[in-house]
Amino acid sequence: MIALLASILAITLRAGTSLIYATIGEIYTERSGILNLGLEGMMLMGAVSAFATVYYTGSLLLALLVAMLTGIILSSIHAFLSITMRANQVVSGLSITLFGTGFASFLGQRLGPESNGHYLIGLIGNKFTPVKIPFLSDLPVLGALFNQDILTYIVYLIIPAAWFFMYKTRAGLNLRAVGESPQTADAMGINVFKVRYIYTILGGTLVALGGAHLSLSYAPGWTDNITGGRGWIVIALVIFSMWNPSRAIWGALLFGGINAIQFRLQATGTTISAPLLNMLPYIVTIVVLVLMTWVETMNKKVGAPAALAVPYMRGEK
Amino acid sequence: MKDDQNGKSPIVEMIGITKQFPGVLANDNVDLELFPGEVLALLGENGAGKSTLMNILAGLYRADKGKILIKGEEAEIDSPKDAMKYGIGMVHQNFKLVPTMSVAENVVLGLDSENFVLDLQKVSSRIKEISHHYNLKVDPNSIIWQMSVGEQQRVEILKLIYRGAEVLILDEPTAVLTPQESGELNRIVKQMTGEGKSAIFITHKMDEVMEFSDWVRVLQKGKLVSVVKTEDTSPKELSRMMVGRDVLFRVEKKKATPGEVILELENVKAMNDKGLEALKGISFSLRRGEILGIAGVAGNGQRELTEVITGLHKVTEGRIIIDGKDMTNKSPLDLIKSGVSHIPSDRVAMGIVGDMSVANNLAMKEYRKAPLTQHGILNPGRILEMAKKMISSFMISTPAPYTSVKFLSGGNIQKTILAREIGACSTLLIAAYPARGLDVGATESVRKEMIAERDGGKGVLLVSEDLDELMSVSDRIAVMNEGRIMGIVDSAEADIESLGLMMAGVPMEEGK
Repeated sequence: MIALLASILAITLRAGTSLIYATIGEIYTERSGILNLGLEGMMLMGAVSAFATVYYTGSLLLALLVAMLTGIILSSIHAFLSITMRANQVVSGLSITLFGTGFASFLGQRLGPESNGHYLIGLIGNKFTPVKIPFLSDLPVLGALFNQDILTYIVYLIIPAAWFFMYKTRAGLNLRAVGESPQTADAMGINVFKVRYIYTILGGTLVALGGAHLSLSYAPGWTDNITGGRGWIVIALVIFSMWNPSRAIWGALLFGGINAIQFRLQATGTTISAPLLNMLPYIVTIVVLVLMTWVETMNKKVGAPAALAVPYMRGEK
Repeated sequence: MKDDQNGKSPIVEMIGITKQFPGVLANDNVDLELFPGEVLALLGENGAGKSTLMNILAGLYRADKGKILIKGEEAEIDSPKDAMKYGIGMVHQNFKLVPTMSVAENVVLGLDSENFVLDLQKVSSRIKEISHHYNLKVDPNSIIWQMSVGEQQRVEILKLIYRGAEVLILDEPTAVLTPQESGELNRIVKQMTGEGKSAIFITHKMDEVMEFSDWVRVLQKGKLVSVVKTEDTSPKELSRMMVGRDVLFRVEKKKATPGEVILELENVKAMNDKGLEALKGISFSLRRGEILGIAGVAGNGQRELTEVITGLHKVTEGRIIIDGKDMTNKSPLDLIKSGVSHIPSDRVAMGIVGDMSVANNLAMKEYRKAPLTQHGILNPGRILEMAKKMISSFMISTPAPYTSVKFLSGGNIQKTILAREIGACSTLLIAAYPARGLDVGATESVRKEMIAERDGGKGVLLVSEDLDELMSVSDRIAVMNEGRIMGIVDSAEADIESLGLMMAGVPMEEGK
């Protein structure tokens, strides 16, 4: 029983890691008032670029850097379109997802070695492996927390840091003000455009890292649609976390946890059909999100940043 | 450097400021001088360019021509931050506060001098000090959206003091305040000028100019038309300078000749958006050819009252009878069809569609019927024709009928709404704060229109906070407090003191 719990917890964390990167990234982006629906495409591009890099160079660090660069490039496009050009953010984001999904798939068929017909699919590269932390990893059940790869350990630090930055620092205050009331922020001398660029790009970088975790650790290698729609789940998780980084963890663990449980179920050879079980994490996450969000709204908790997806223009009547 | 009679030199000088907006010359070679320890009133009609001029000084806009001198030296003000560096801060009409944040967070927002890791404790205690010094009564931990408008304004002032403002610009500061709050504001500004700070305030209320200011500068259509010392002028003279003609302060009207009852409320109850009881049993009746004024401090159920009558808000108990028919909880469309018109308190949010043209906004009620629509298809030519007529008869100042209505000044937006609502009105006109924020000229025409509606045999319900307006325009005045009517008096017999008592919640004495 303890072994089972420990294994579920371990898989939960592994499955949740990429979601947490992406969720925190998108929370930061949305807090600045920019809605980025390009997540799915950016995660896929992060995953494919990271895997191609690690396949050829063997360097995991370089793979992460390339993934981050990919995220920076794609989110810069979104930032330019939605901040400078004041384009419709939904359209811009969706185009990035469409482009990213297709282009990642294309790269997966072109970047591979000749011996594999230029395909990346089916290749094996370096991957992040769990690093045991002495003593802590020997704890019953909770030991699973301390037998993870380095990207998951970074998550432990990123969550509190992201929370602290957002709520306790001057830059975080500026960020929240820009997303709630850009007119006010502007009048208070905050450069709305700069803030939006910074956090759209920072968010995109984290999203691409989330994608990289998939191809470097969670499901090492490259397959088409390796994200399995996680980019869309993240958008729901952002709402569920009420744009608060410290709450990002719960949604991610919910999705990861159901994932882990259905894996376990499938492994036991249950008679429930596999596609149904595969659907489970998505369905449960969405249902819980809807319920939770409904309850929160009833309680009149703070909702979305007021200026989310609204382009800002100075001196507009 | 110029000196005034007392030998002081100006702290702020604006010389030859010109600012062109698409289609409008907002400021045309305007000069301004402000001396330390003094209050300057900037007077002008809507669209005269007062706010533009101040936005230039506060760094939100850039002047096309002209220069600004601060303490005699030329200043480059490109942003509000630059302005603050020179000690200039502005309290805008739409407050620049983040509603979901606390007072302390709003006060330090954008301040580079704070530590990177914010010490809100320290900020709070500094806020308490300032608040104590000026007797502002502001709690640093309150969240903005939970505060009243008057409190929010004090936060804005506090924010500027915290940042070391020497020059305070106030854009129509009293438009949203109760008389008591205005008095309080006056006291705060006096205390600050007593300490050597100075203030500029934008207004079109004569009594405030007389009461608050030392100097007056009058703008008309973007030009500076006169500069006078307040003690050397009179409200009458000022309003002539402002609109270029004499303005009636008392509205001329005939005695009312009330006809049959057009609107009757029987013990109406309703909840507000937060689920609390906002109307606690309202009963009154209104006749054709009569204006019933509703007095009271904003937030005592006036909004819910106008909205239950116009079908925008659910009644939980009681009945609303319009023209003999039970219209309780009928849809807004049913009420429009029965000839009820509504001038909403929040014009921009509820009265217009900003991105649509003036013409389409004017057609927004009549478009369902011929001649604007035939067989379900709109006739743009007829809409334009009707709009042109309305624009000329209501003197709406717009570059063209197809200009987006959001580009018009507040007064012209209100005239647009008024033209549409009066055009469609056949039984009842519900007007909430129709003259709020309007200049003398526009206020006068709004009031005249309401009286004309009355004389045309319609019932008019006028919600207002301006007791002078209520006493001069309406025939009877009902006073609301916490969702109840405290009493209804004939405006001919009403006096400010007894109305004030009822506004404060003291019911009218029995038998009176």
